Amino acid sequence: MTIAPETPKRMRDWPVVFPPAYEGSRIPTRVPTILDVPAELLASDDILQINFGPNHPSTHGVLRLIIDLDGEQVVGLNAVIGYLHTGFEKTMEHKTWWKCVTYPERIDYVGYQNAELVFVLAVEKLLELEVPDKATWMRTLLCELNRIHSHLVFLGTSALELGAISMFWYTFRERETILDLYEMVTGARMHTRYFQIGGLAEDIPPGFFPDCHKFVEWMPRALDDYLALLDRNLIWLERTKGVGLLSPDDAIALGQTGPNLRASGVDWDLRRDQPYLAYDQVDFRVPCYPNGDVYDRYRVRMDEMAESVRIVDQCLRRLERMEGKPWIADDRKVVLPPREELHTSMESLIHHFKIVTEGFRVPEGEIYVAVESPRGESGCYLVSDGGPKPWRVHFRAPSFAALEATATCTHGALIADLIAIVGSLDAVMGDTDR
Amino acid sequence: MIDWSGYPGFVEVKKAFGETTVTIETSRIREACEHARAEGFSFLADIVATDYLGWGHKGVSGYIGTASGRDLNHPSTQGYQALPQLKPKRFSLSYHLLAMRQPPVRVRLQCWLDEDEPVESVVSVWPTADWHEREQFDLMGIPFVGHPNLVRLLMPDDWEGHPLRKDYPIGGEPVRFSDAE
Repeated sequence: MTIAPETPKRMRDWPVVFPPAYEGSRIPTRVPTILDVPAELLASDDILQINFGPNHPSTHGVLRLIIDLDGEQVVGLNAVIGYLHTGFEKTMEHKTWWKCVTYPERIDYVGYQNAELVFVLAVEKLLELEVPDKATWMRTLLCELNRIHSHLVFLGTSALELGAISMFWYTFRERETILDLYEMVTGARMHTRYFQIGGLAEDIPPGFFPDCHKFVEWMPRALDDYLALLDRNLIWLERTKGVGLLSPDDAIALGQTGPNLRASGVDWDLRRDQPYLAYDQVDFRVPCYPNGDVYDRYRVRMDEMAESVRIVDQCLRRLERMEGKPWIADDRKVVLPPREELHTSMESLIHHFKIVTEGFRVPEGEIYVAVESPRGESGCYLVSDGGPKPWRVHFRAPSFAALEATATCTHGALIADLIAIVGSLDAVMGDTDR
Repeated sequence: MIDWSGYPGFVEVKKAFGETTVTIETSRIREACEHARAEGFSFLADIVATDYLGWGHKGVSGYIGTASGRDLNHPSTQGYQALPQLKPKRFSLSYHLLAMRQPPVRVRLQCWLDEDEPVESVVSVWPTADWHEREQFDLMGIPFVGHPNLVRLLMPDDWEGHPLRKDYPIGGEPVRFSDAE
């Protein structure tokens, strides 16, 4: 399997490692997120304005694009979002910290485990709570499985949109295995609520290790399958190479993160550059590609999956040696007492009752925590007034920023390219609209 | 170490939970942002406004019992021992910046606003601020001056009120397309 060349390891002020895909900036000048129809075309009768979405199978949910066409060429574009706005941030202000954990994973419903992680990490930072090693490693493992899951969904759907239907069946076969692993550990296939403030909800079941080892052995072969299906497929190459260009400077100015940023030649990954969980103790490479087109965004995600499998393998080996270790912090003011204690200990019963009804209190303060989710920098901003409910919750959604780049990427694109571009930015509408 | 006091409109710098918060005068926030960008903070992660209406008072955050909660360091204390620190104005507006270098530097530039107090837009500094500012205008009602396209982003165009404000009524909305309308 091909893996991206190792990126230069040096101190750097500006993490751009490749020359830009194009000179200058292509960000529209009037409004950065709206591509305006050029003045000379406005007078002509040939401009056709059409509505693309919000209910179109290739918009990954409910993205609406108002596009102006000159023949087949897209000359104007305006992205309209908000069709999936659910008011999660407002809802969370009215739930106790303990109950809030369910919400973030429904925001980014494909990268659910990472979304849950960022909220839990932020609350733990406010509480200054120590998390046991076993929980940290298991979190790392599940987040990487989730990254593979998210990239598989990306690969399957974006290839499907470009006509490669069979990819979808292959990727969803492996996705099924991942969901089965999730079900075994957490009891739920998606939206697990397995990460608790303080650690994990349950111990890891012993049957998980052999099954996960099987997956780790199988996945590289599956990745070879995908490469064989797509990477020498002329139609796929023609439709993705040189399409939807984004230069490094434009990508940073437009707040792009994650695979979109790395495909533009910016070597930046929070897992390596600002490590959290156990990422500073595992060995992995950060794939980075120079061209900033749809093809490179696909390649970055392919390589990331291979690296994620390596991380999962390293976490598994660590976790196997941690049998019998605690999986959640032993702070009874914050963490629910073990179930069996409720029958014998009066104190545990009181703690349980207090946490479930009133909730625990989080010290006053504000915090911003960012993690590298499958879509890029997923951030969580929390304000606490010292009470049992958050005062303000805000999520920095990577998909939200990704869609801001649609207008810039669409420069000179045909309408068929637009499908490839929107697919390659890999936005999840739940994440965008919150 | 970065010398924050050289920033235009610098008021104070605070460190808490391992994070740096630099308070800036509201009228000079765009200048400060331009300065920050020139200093290497090339990446704007997020713009977020917080409504502090009712901060430290009973009942606003929805809790039954005490106004501010007990001090975590002294368990079993109840009541009014630890009132949260008062805020200078109703809204805070935070800009989360990142300098992509080794080691990475994050900072929160913060300014304080009264209701309907205008603040200069930073779209000219970071294009990504476009949607972030529209979102905060939509949900919090922060009027950004100089934004090229300040219209609602997430809520419908004809929506009244700003849902994330603390005085926005919740519940009791008519349900569309139902008999209860």
